[in-house]
Amino acid sequence: MSLLSPTPAVLVLEDGRAFRGRAYGSTGRTVGEAVFTTGMTGYQETLTDPSFHGQIVVQTAPHIGNTGVNDEDDESGGYWVSGYVVRDPSRRVSNWRATEGLEERLIRHGIVGISGIDTRALTRHLRDRGAMRAGIFSGDDAALGTDAQIEAVRSARPMAGARLVDEVTTGQPYTVEAVGEKRFTVVAYDLGIKSATPEQLAARGIEVRVVPAGTPFAEVSALKPDGVFFSNGPGDPAAADHEVEVIRRVLRAGIPFFGICFGNQLLGRALGFGTYKLTFGHRGANQPVLDVASGAVEITSQNHGFAVEAPIGDPVTAPQEEFGRVEVSHIGLNDRVVEGLRCLDVPAFSVQFHPESAAGPHDSRGLFDRFADMMADRPASTRA
Amino acid sequence: MPIRDDLHSVLVIGSGPIVIGQACEFDYSGTQACRVLRSEGLRVILVNSNPATIMTDPEMADATYVEPIDPDVIESIIAKERPDALLPTLGGQTALNAAIALHESGVLEKYDVELIGADVDAIQRGEDRQKFKEVVESVGGESARSVICHSMDDVLTGAAELGYPLVVRPSFTMGGLGSGLAYDEADLRRIAGDGLHDSITNEVLLEESILGWKEYELELMRDHADNVVVICSIENVDPVGVHTGDSITVAPSLTLTDREYQRMRDIGIAVIREVGVDTGGCNIQYAVDPKTGRIIVIEMNPRVSRSSALASKATGFPIAKIAAKLAIGYSLDEIPNDITEVTPASFEPALDYVAVKIPRFAFEKFPAADPTLTTTMKSVGEVMALGRNFGSALLKAMRSLEQSASEFDFSTRVDLTDPTVRADVTAKLAHPTADRIHTVRLALASGMPIDDVFAASWIDPWYLDQILQLQEVADAVAGADALSRGLLVLAKETGLSDHQIAQLRSMDEQVLRGVRHALGVRPVYKTVDTCAGEFAARTPYHYSTYEDESEVLPREREAVIILGSGPNRIGQGIEFDYSCVHATMALSDAGYETVMVNCNPETVSTDYDTADRLYFEPLTFEDVMEVYAAESAAGPVAGVVCTLGGQTPLGLAADLKAAGVTVLGTQPEAIDLAEDRGEFGQVLATAGLQAPHHGTATTFDEAVVIAERIGYPVLVRPSYVLGGRGMQIVYDAHQLMGYMESATEVSTDRPVLVDRFLEDAIEIDVDALYDGEEVFVGGIMEHIEEAGIHSGDSACVLPPLTLGEAVLERVREGTAAIAEGTGVRGLLNIQFALAADVLYVIEANPRASRTVPFVSKGTGTQLAKAAALLAVGRTIAGLRGSVLPDSGDGSRLSLDHPIAVKEAVLPFRRFRTVDGKSVDSILGPEMRSTGEVMGIDRDFPRAFAKAMLGASTSLPTSGTVFVSVADRDKRALVLPVKLLTDMGFTIVATAGTAAVLSRYGIAAQTIAKHFEASEGEKSVLDRIVERGFDLVVNVPGGRQERADGYEIRAAATVSNVPLLTTVDALSAAVSAIESLQTESMDVRALQEWA
Repeated sequence: MSLLSPTPAVLVLEDGRAFRGRAYGSTGRTVGEAVFTTGMTGYQETLTDPSFHGQIVVQTAPHIGNTGVNDEDDESGGYWVSGYVVRDPSRRVSNWRATEGLEERLIRHGIVGISGIDTRALTRHLRDRGAMRAGIFSGDDAALGTDAQIEAVRSARPMAGARLVDEVTTGQPYTVEAVGEKRFTVVAYDLGIKSATPEQLAARGIEVRVVPAGTPFAEVSALKPDGVFFSNGPGDPAAADHEVEVIRRVLRAGIPFFGICFGNQLLGRALGFGTYKLTFGHRGANQPVLDVASGAVEITSQNHGFAVEAPIGDPVTAPQEEFGRVEVSHIGLNDRVVEGLRCLDVPAFSVQFHPESAAGPHDSRGLFDRFADMMADRPASTRA
Repeated sequence: MPIRDDLHSVLVIGSGPIVIGQACEFDYSGTQACRVLRSEGLRVILVNSNPATIMTDPEMADATYVEPIDPDVIESIIAKERPDALLPTLGGQTALNAAIALHESGVLEKYDVELIGADVDAIQRGEDRQKFKEVVESVGGESARSVICHSMDDVLTGAAELGYPLVVRPSFTMGGLGSGLAYDEADLRRIAGDGLHDSITNEVLLEESILGWKEYELELMRDHADNVVVICSIENVDPVGVHTGDSITVAPSLTLTDREYQRMRDIGIAVIREVGVDTGGCNIQYAVDPKTGRIIVIEMNPRVSRSSALASKATGFPIAKIAAKLAIGYSLDEIPNDITEVTPASFEPALDYVAVKIPRFAFEKFPAADPTLTTTMKSVGEVMALGRNFGSALLKAMRSLEQSASEFDFSTRVDLTDPTVRADVTAKLAHPTADRIHTVRLALASGMPIDDVFAASWIDPWYLDQILQLQEVADAVAGADALSRGLLVLAKETGLSDHQIAQLRSMDEQVLRGVRHALGVRPVYKTVDTCAGEFAARTPYHYSTYEDESEVLPREREAVIILGSGPNRIGQGIEFDYSCVHATMALSDAGYETVMVNCNPETVSTDYDTADRLYFEPLTFEDVMEVYAAESAAGPVAGVVCTLGGQTPLGLAADLKAAGVTVLGTQPEAIDLAEDRGEFGQVLATAGLQAPHHGTATTFDEAVVIAERIGYPVLVRPSYVLGGRGMQIVYDAHQLMGYMESATEVSTDRPVLVDRFLEDAIEIDVDALYDGEEVFVGGIMEHIEEAGIHSGDSACVLPPLTLGEAVLERVREGTAAIAEGTGVRGLLNIQFALAADVLYVIEANPRASRTVPFVSKGTGTQLAKAAALLAVGRTIAGLRGSVLPDSGDGSRLSLDHPIAVKEAVLPFRRFRTVDGKSVDSILGPEMRSTGEVMGIDRDFPRAFAKAMLGASTSLPTSGTVFVSVADRDKRALVLPVKLLTDMGFTIVATAGTAAVLSRYGIAAQTIAKHFEASEGEKSVLDRIVERGFDLVVNVPGGRQERADGYEIRAAATVSNVPLLTTVDALSAAVSAIESLQTESMDVRALQEWA
């Protein structure tokens, strides 16, 4: 591919707006939900984050691929995005850790992308009209009629109501060993987990038993864990009834619980709160979040299109009254979206953002310590 | 926590005169701070000696002290004003050092003044090299291996330990002053010797060389609640070894993975906490080993810096403004983001564009100076450009520089198969200079592999490939059979200017532009919004790009477009930005929507708060026309103001008018009448005014004929110049030949002007307004140095000291005649010279001049505002009672009017010759000063003493004075020296000067010149270097080679001993010393003079 003789490509939105550009990555066609992320570093982590499954990711940062890809920064075993939109892909890799160029990697993983479009115009469109379905058509598919392309886009699966965790979760359980002396065992539900999360847990002396999404509670409880963790993941939390039920049983058993992102939405649902779809979501590495208890502002990495509907302010009794009082522990300062929940009567908390970051700032890694402290403080009487 | 209720008044210290390493970015930051503090209801007391700043406008503070930034002076201000707090972090190193001095001397404690936004211990942990190293290590970061030294013995021992090459860095200096790279012991002795002296703690640090590593900066902010955010990352394209102020830099950083970036961020946050920066901004510099990723923390600035100004403009996050709010009690989450209005300031900006900064150098002013870029900053200004990718931003920034050949010439290539050529190119790649980027392109265009270019230059291969891509597109443009629309679009997306494309296609630029417009290939304008489009921006801060969607909103009110002055350079700096900012204020008050176009990130004009709309764009015809087109499509446009930003926009006026743009104020025809020699001669002849005899030469022979006709000495210079570029006084045909040979750009299009040089003339500067009917003389300034020294470098006084009413009347009449003759509408600056009672007109500038802010502050009348209103059709009569006084003008000031003295600040200490000597520090017709200060008081001696102190020439009140003057000045020397001895000074002189003094009955010790000294005898130079003199007077002769006193002046400059090089300056200094001996300086705010 070169600037001078590009392979044509077009990105078509479900509302009919189209952006013509150059093919990037694999050629062909792809459909998904178009979302933008404002992170300026960390495209390799983004591409391998299972939460982006089913989405066509628009990078607002114009230069992508500059540092190539390396063997260390993948966040999972796959490249999950449905499509990739960049303005200026790099043809030269410059980084001492790089092992391959980004475009070669995308081609190997069959990721269809588009480059050379007005990504800012696209971003503003998505901001104003909300995340929507889109398709990228490149090579021969770029020549399809507009109507056919729009038709293909409109026939794609909508994100609202979609259950996607089964498509990204691990097939088999696996264990990430604790680093140093083992202090605790945690069962981590892989709903699309990023490798940074077990690494952060393990670094605190936690042995992480990663289990598939559908794992029944009985199997979890048989492992006699010190805590249960629910990861991030793609899709609509409203379509995760099984996981919600598992969380309720964890809470009833008094097992310390920590959830991130999708895990936060599921804790919310387990407590009886609703969830809703944000217009265009929060995706980036610069999102300010207020930790209500400390008053501190943390700059967080976020990637979510849905959020929990819970009252900000004084603690309330959870709609699911058996779990007692709960408070919104973290608030997004840009738009006052619920970014974290803390139960006062059961040992459980969760955050909507990504304390494991990767990519993003490390401001909130203390939450993993909070989880460890919660497990350490767990009264012996509640231990199995 | 919201604003503190225990603070009622705050003292803000500015940064004083513009010097290399500390430019108008601190006017930008200080102005923001003053605005914030006042809007929060605090009484603001400001001290800053620089009259060309917006912050010293009387309406920016409650009490504005245009007084020297000197601890004793500030103590007087504190004693008088009794502020509750002192905010020292927004005036650069100058303000910070002054605040530390006030703290250490106990003044702050004595008057119960709280330092806010800073903590002295934290400043010391941040700036003291050893303490900082300990901080870095305590948070798990790494520093370069280093040794702290307090003496030359320490230095030599340290070098033995670390090995060469070594970096030498003095503590507590700014802009890397005194630092350098030593390859051997001789280098080391020189650099470290100076550094030990320059550092206020006599401390230097020797460090392992990390030359060639990738260099980064982070701009961080912290609030009292310990929230820390990183506002911006900046990557230096030039690797470690070139001062960041002299490097091409990019924001955001582009060649780091997230892991590496986050590691840098973690270290930065840990450092700012450990150092304990109280509240506000700080800047941390890092080096990254390109082979291993090892990160080293280089240094930090615990204050708002040049880089923070750049970061503010690059991101839209106003660091100084937020720092001021944090200092008075707010936390980051309590402050709204101005751009989105709905989100808080506690976030980290996300960029969806690339900002490129390129420094602007002035080596042509210092031909003897070594142009190698090192860790000592040498640039005098900078430009920034925004683009949707690196390449387009780079090209835009290059054309913003406005230097001949500043753009890439894509057509040149060399034959790298020739080993000599290859070796030459490789050597140039390895040697950082202002032009290295051109060598990079040349090497890549000629087929040198990226890896080879990297191996020589250590410029990251990613950037090299970006430059290669520019070349490939240029080659495609040049090589295509026809310029298709697709190719043209690609060329414009890539960032090529119409000029470059036209050259590549061997077309006329106008024709190319016509084709481009016919094909509908036009730029769109995107918005700097801090958030990459995530939230709607409320602030129209735009940059151009060739893409789909423009974000310029329609408007109803009529707009005026004001063209700024581009990068700071010697001769065109902050003074012009001042006038442009005033124009936006006046036009906004008059109901217009103001639109600013400029590319200088250091300025107030490019603050998005200044004009209603800001276009961060180069000031070329192409870029300005496109802004005009975009704004014309958005709503009615009254026209474009070209006369306030100096020579840059003035040079565009004719082309803009020819293209159908309404040029407001002075018309191109009037500009021609003033600037074209022949036409101006006609204007003078009609008015019965006289210019010094002159002629125009295109060859040496012609020049000699003219010179002999009008008589030596003559002043020679190229036509159409700014700031006296390439001017010289020559005394005979031999010197004339030397000049003509060195003036490379002489041609029939670019002739050389030969003027009779008026010896012993008094130079007079006038700034006036003309509305077509009436003239308003803003002020008449008398120069202290005689004619022949560039007006920008000469001290001057307002009102004039020695000119009689008859002369003043002739000046007024002459001014009126020239105003009418040229037909300017707005500001006019005229330089006169009075010789043997004949008034000569030296030149007229049909625009705002460098002295407009000084005159405005000295007289209390804001001339630039008046000029802007005249440009939109107001009259002088109509402005009386508002912008202009009810009656009278600036040439009729009463006897009790305060005396204002302007003194220039010169950068000689920054520059060294290739063999390490200081460059000569004499004044001449070529302007070399970077900035100016004002001293204002009730009489001249006091005002002059303040001006000198403000310019860091602290006049002694006792001690020893060395004098050495040329024969022709010896007679004039006697009286001032006599006064010095009467005042108790000891006089030391060279033999010739001592003999003359002795005959007048003045005792003077004789001292040997350096080449006369015998073995073991101390020469003048030895005495100067060991600070044996409190004042050095060296007046070089006219005819004789000036090299004679060069060593003396160089030694004084390097040793930072006050140096006077004219007898006029000595006389003024003597009167000032007399006033200093009798009473201490008293301080008075501008508001009190009014």
